[in-house]
Amino acid sequence: MALLEIKDLCASIKGKQILTGVNLKINKGEVHAIMGPNGNGKSTLASIIAGKDIFEVTKGEIIYQGQNLFDLSVEARAAEGIFLGFQYPVEIPGVSIKNFMMTAINEQRKYKGLDPINAIEFMKLMQQRQKVVEMTSDLANRSVNEGFSGGEKKKNEIFQMAMLNPTLSILDETDSGLDIDALRIVANGVNALRSKDNAIVVITHYQRLLDYIVPDVVHVLYEGKIVKSGTKELALELEEKGYEWIGKELKNT
Amino acid sequence: MSKVDIDFNCSIPNLHTIRIMQHNGVLIEQQIDQTLLKGSVIDLKTVGEKEIHIRIPNNVSLNLPLQMLNVLEQGQNLQTKAVIEIGHNSKVQLIHCDDSFGTQATSSLNRIDVYLSENASFDYYKMENINNESSLSTEVNFHLSQGANLTTYGFSLNGKKICNTLNIFLNEPYAQANLNGLYLMDKQQEIETIVNVNHKAEMCHSSQLFKGILDDTAHATFLGHVNVGYGAKGTEAMQINKNILLTDKAKVNTRPFLEIYNDDVKCSHGSTIGQLDDEALFYLRSRGISMLSAKMLLMYAFCQEVLTTSNIEPLKESLEQIIKMRLAGELSACENCAFQCSAAHKPI
Repeated sequence: MALLEIKDLCASIKGKQILTGVNLKINKGEVHAIMGPNGNGKSTLASIIAGKDIFEVTKGEIIYQGQNLFDLSVEARAAEGIFLGFQYPVEIPGVSIKNFMMTAINEQRKYKGLDPINAIEFMKLMQQRQKVVEMTSDLANRSVNEGFSGGEKKKNEIFQMAMLNPTLSILDETDSGLDIDALRIVANGVNALRSKDNAIVVITHYQRLLDYIVPDVVHVLYEGKIVKSGTKELALELEEKGYEWIGKELKNT
Repeated sequence: MSKVDIDFNCSIPNLHTIRIMQHNGVLIEQQIDQTLLKGSVIDLKTVGEKEIHIRIPNNVSLNLPLQMLNVLEQGQNLQTKAVIEIGHNSKVQLIHCDDSFGTQATSSLNRIDVYLSENASFDYYKMENINNESSLSTEVNFHLSQGANLTTYGFSLNGKKICNTLNIFLNEPYAQANLNGLYLMDKQQEIETIVNVNHKAEMCHSSQLFKGILDDTAHATFLGHVNVGYGAKGTEAMQINKNILLTDKAKVNTRPFLEIYNDDVKCSHGSTIGQLDDEALFYLRSRGISMLSAKMLLMYAFCQEVLTTSNIEPLKESLEQIIKMRLAGELSACENCAFQCSAAHKPI
């Protein structure tokens, strides 16, 4: 059974059609990259999987672990193992990272009928996971993303991924706004979390990230649907020829 | 006549105070902690049944906060009055609580006049948790001399109608007043906060941080007035009032009002009325946190700012719990009194 199967997904926002029939299948142990020009539906797809309700799904379905994803609330999707690495993580002054992560972990455990995490075990987990993204030890008491640089916000997303151990991670433009060093750290963090029991979807414009997080499959999302899929070489071809090439190819077929 | 004994022991864990108790506005002599006062330098006199005068001499730093607790069981137009005089260089903290016992409607009027001498320091905590049939009106006037330092914290948790008026007079140079308040109102509760800060002398500093969360059809009014007089050069006066409305029918009227008669000043004011941030709620839920818990986290974060400068640790910790309980709707007054100050201890 595929971990995630998207069939003919169409979605719009305020009457404007964004997704025009997305088909995608992801299995555990795989890393998929979704590339494509701005405004063509990449973030919309990520948001719909996470459960953002501003979009209207007009057709199609998403099956996650054999279940209809639309039957699950936002928090249930997270507890079932879905994680969205946001493109623009929001700042939440007054809510500490420690409190945030502890509440998230405990609510997910409660959903699964487990006891809350022990406080000492939790602190150890935080210290260990911070190392995955090389973040400093005073993270626990800082407010979520408050005063964080772009790079720190993205590292914080991967830190949360490391804490929550998701089955399906969707990283929405995790590389945007990062310098070379931050990119390396974020990519190493993601690679450290790859396993045969999970899957990762990397959404990006640029081929550069894919040198570090090497995908098994690359898809091109163009005008709301996946028009081409291939190996990592496809990413290099896109880099060379640009997205216009895709448009031309489609017109000629 | 109450059918149940009222236990006047303050049950905030680890909070030791010099307690001055009132029942329906009437001072209970035997409940004034004479043992703690004996041999101490505080001069405490009662004038009639309802008025108390407290004088702290010069150069005294009280090691325990004073606590005035009025347990409101029944009665209308209950009036209390207090006059507090603090000597030069002295330091005092006062926790002033108005709590209902039972469900009867009461109405009370408090008036307190506080005089801070040179370099005196006064922290005033006002806690209000009365039942939803009762009203409470409190006027506190603070007169500050040179170098005096005032910090106030108001926590209004329940009541049919609460009105708080704070009049601050910065009469001499280098006086400072930092005023903080938090109101958490739901159902049809109403609260009015009126703050008048008068900068009469130069080089004084004042700040106002008042925050509120309103649910159901609650209504809050904030009138923040700052008057900077002709001679008050070097004044710094800041004011912020932030409100969160949880429903369409909750209402806030907020009006900052600055009257400035000197050029050499730094003044700012800000009022906001908004909802909980949808982006933040979605972010928290996307990590598995339920909508209710996400709202609680955000509301608590909003409230916390008011507490950060407090330095009575046991009280601060209790307040953190009390705020969480209040936000969860677990705190209506009466038998579930927030502070358990008037918990029934045994029925007769």
